[in-house]
Amino acid sequence: MLKVREIVKILDAEVLTGEDQMDMEIYSGCGADLMSDVMAFVKESVILCTGLVNPQVVRTAEMMDIKVLCFVRGKVPGEVILDLAREKGITILTTKHPLFITCGMLYSAGIQGRGVWN
Amino acid sequence: MELSEEIIRLHYDINDEDFSAAGEASSAVKKTLSRLGVSPETVKRVAIAMYEAEINAVIHADGGAADIEITPQQIKVVISDRGPGIPNMEAAMQPGFSTATESVRELGFGAGMGLPNMKRYTDEMYVDTKIGVGTTVTLIVKI
Repeated sequence: MLKVREIVKILDAEVLTGEDQMDMEIYSGCGADLMSDVMAFVKESVILCTGLVNPQVVRTAEMMDIKVLCFVRGKVPGEVILDLAREKGITILTTKHPLFITCGMLYSAGIQGRGVWN
Repeated sequence: MELSEEIIRLHYDINDEDFSAAGEASSAVKKTLSRLGVSPETVKRVAIAMYEAEINAVIHADGGAADIEITPQQIKVVISDRGPGIPNMEAAMQPGFSTATESVRELGFGAGMGLPNMKRYTDEMYVDTKIGVGTTVTLIVKI
C-alpha cells in the first residue's frame, strides 16, 4: 500500500487535481493505453497509469471507481479533462517517466496489479 | 427516488458528434443506481458494461439510444443503434477481435474487448443485429 503523497514522491510527479486527496491509500495499479483492457480487470483502490490523454480516460476511471490517474511521459491534459476529473473527484498526476518505468517504480515500492474479481 | 416494486425507466440519446461526451449516459445511470442504494459491485458491473456498449454505439454506429429498466430484481440496459450491424457475431465475441479503425484505437478503444467485457460483467446478454439496419444489445445484471 502507498499513500498518494508517497506515489507523488516516488514518481517525482506533479499534482494537477485532487490536492486534498494525498492521504488516500492505493493498493493496486494498472498501466495501459487501451481503456477496454483497463475495464477487463476490476481492482480496488487503484492507480491507473496511462499515456493516453483524452476525456475517456477520466470516464473509464469513473466507471471503474478509480480515484487516481497518472499521465506518463510528461503529458499534461487540458482543462476539459481536468475539469471533468474535478467534477468526478478524481486525482490527476503527471510524471516525466515513461509507462514501463512508472509501473516498475510503483511495483517495486509495493503496489501490485492484483484484481479482486478475477 | 428509491428501489420499489414500480419499474424505473430511463432514456438517453447517444449522439456521436462529440466523442468526449461519450459515456454521459452511463455516468448518469451509475449515479442513479448509487442513489437508489444498489450495491457498489452491481453498480460497477452495470456501469462498465453499459459504457462499453455506449462507446460501441458512438464508434461503430453514429450513436443511438439507451433505455434502462430498474426493478428490485434486475437492471436491464438496452442500447440500440442504426449502424452497419455485426457481420460475424462469433468473431466479434472473441477477445481481441476488432473492426475499429486506427483513429478509434488512438482514442483508447477498439481493442476487441467491448463485447467480451459486456458479457463478463452481466448475467445475461443478448445481441440482435441486422446488416445495414443496426444492432441492439441487451444487458441484464441481477440485483
